[in-house]
Amino acid sequence: MPKVNEVMNPDRSAATRSLVAGGCCFLLCIVLGLAPWWLERASLLRAVEFAYYIALAQMWNLLAGYAGLMSIGQQMFVGIGAYVLYAMVIKLGWGVLPALLLAGSAALVIALPAALLLFRLRGAQFAIGSWVLAESVMLLVTRSEDLGGASGLSLPATAVRAMAASADERIQLIWWLALLLAIGSTLLVFLWLRSRQGLALTALRDNETAAAGLGVDTRRVKFAVYLAVAGMSGLIGALIFLNKLRISPGAAFSMSDWTASVIFIVVIGGIGSIEGPLLGALIFFALREVFAAYGAWYQILLGATAILVMIKAPRGVWGLLSARWGWSWLSVRRLLKN
Amino acid sequence: MSDWLGIVVQGILTGGLYALFAAGLSMSFGILRIVNLAHGDLIVLACFVALMVVETLGLPALTSFIFVVPAMFALGYALQQGLLNRVIGNGELPPLLTTFGLSIVIQNSLLELFSADNRKLQAGAIEVQSLDLLPGVTVGWLPLLMFLCAVVLLALLHALFFRTRLGRAFRAAADDPRTLSHMGYEPKRIYALAMGTAMAVCAVAAVFMAVRTQFTPLSGPARLLFAFEAVIIGGMGSIWGTFLGALLLGVAQAVGAALDPVLETLAGHVLFFILLLLRPQGLIAKGK
Repeated sequence: MPKVNEVMNPDRSAATRSLVAGGCCFLLCIVLGLAPWWLERASLLRAVEFAYYIALAQMWNLLAGYAGLMSIGQQMFVGIGAYVLYAMVIKLGWGVLPALLLAGSAALVIALPAALLLFRLRGAQFAIGSWVLAESVMLLVTRSEDLGGASGLSLPATAVRAMAASADERIQLIWWLALLLAIGSTLLVFLWLRSRQGLALTALRDNETAAAGLGVDTRRVKFAVYLAVAGMSGLIGALIFLNKLRISPGAAFSMSDWTASVIFIVVIGGIGSIEGPLLGALIFFALREVFAAYGAWYQILLGATAILVMIKAPRGVWGLLSARWGWSWLSVRRLLKN
Repeated sequence: MSDWLGIVVQGILTGGLYALFAAGLSMSFGILRIVNLAHGDLIVLACFVALMVVETLGLPALTSFIFVVPAMFALGYALQQGLLNRVIGNGELPPLLTTFGLSIVIQNSLLELFSADNRKLQAGAIEVQSLDLLPGVTVGWLPLLMFLCAVVLLALLHALFFRTRLGRAFRAAADDPRTLSHMGYEPKRIYALAMGTAMAVCAVAAVFMAVRTQFTPLSGPARLLFAFEAVIIGGMGSIWGTFLGALLLGVAQAVGAALDPVLETLAGHVLFFILLLLRPQGLIAKGK
């Protein structure tokens, strides 16, 4: 038996570190919120992309890393959200902000029948099933004349002008929305894990059979996570294509852009932790800056890195760091009192 | 009327090819408990191996089996021993993500080596020869040969599973992997042999695919989805269930394509989801 204070010391330092990390995060958010005043336009656009990838990565991590739902069909919800936004703005003349909210809600509602169907498939079979469903939705959209078929739609100039007076102001608005989604999705995972349901979720991550044995209603937990992640992904998708001003089925339902890249971010950074996706996004964007010009070689490098991580460090780079130095900045661990 | 009959027959023949794609995937599901996301890309890799064999040795396309099958068996064996055996046993996530990475690596390596151009193997006269199967229903010799090869190969696989020592080890691995070592087998070697066998079956399918349709380095994912749909429609763990699932998928796609070329894959997906809703255990579920 270790002595009480031997157990307590690392705990208290973890709690302090969480507090410090929380404070730093808060300051960081303010600094980032002011980014339009200290970043030029090209960098701000890159930051927008960085922010929505963080949001997507947090969501996929919640889904796969915690709830064990290894979906490779999340592009479905990105695409649905994006198309709902375009349809509302173009066909019904809605404003951008209400259309964004509706896009998220629509993705959430569609996730309900999708879950009922896909949850019949277990584990890894669910993965491919979710991909088949995403492909099917893409094919349906491609066939729809109203949604512009295979060539897609553009946001009309009037709608773009209604969003903001100038291009700079529009990018500012999009940056704040993207930042909000990145922070919001990170907070969602953080608060969810610290809630009572989070305990069930952590148990599920560590061992599904044991969690069920301890009385966790695994199906209900998975259901809730699947729906929430779908809604957020729809919202993120709508924002992504609001930024791009153009949409086509191939781009909106792209497996490689909205799922594969996100999986790389989460796996390399560290699956099953909140810090992992944040670190993974940094690594992913750094690799892209350096190697993107090499095209296929860059993709090979990413794939090989993911394989290497799975063999050598299944908890990713963050797993290595936190094991080496005992780091835990956004702690969601529960510690026994006394 | 005979138009539609012809379309259904075409679909059944194509289904033979899907059955071979699916048999390999079903083996990795059942025996290795791996959902191999690189399955389709490995099939396309085999197509390119066939292409290289034909181009460098000048062999007739359909005889490239002699090289492609052993090459893919060796690749499957090595892949399992060198890579996949190291990530199994810790839940489903590590093998899934490893094969996902592998899929991206194979696709992009093929792109780098062969570019994104459409490729096809030329098999000569057999591609255009046909016979009248029934009054008004004409089928090509090539699809017919492909279908017959698929049936023979599946029968051989069935015999391998139920008549040989190795097959018994495969079935033991599928039912309860822990008993394998008690039975005196080295589990990882059995897994490697199973992956090798699965890849050898895919190699045969790949040669036919390369002769029948155009392919690019990015043709893999669609093949993975077809194989997966056939396995789930037919029911896990039954070779003939998978065969039936593949034939139904082939027919659904042929009928869809006849209505509108865009509907070809979608019709297959719709059939898959209908059966998932009505009969999630598959048409021929293995009784346990």
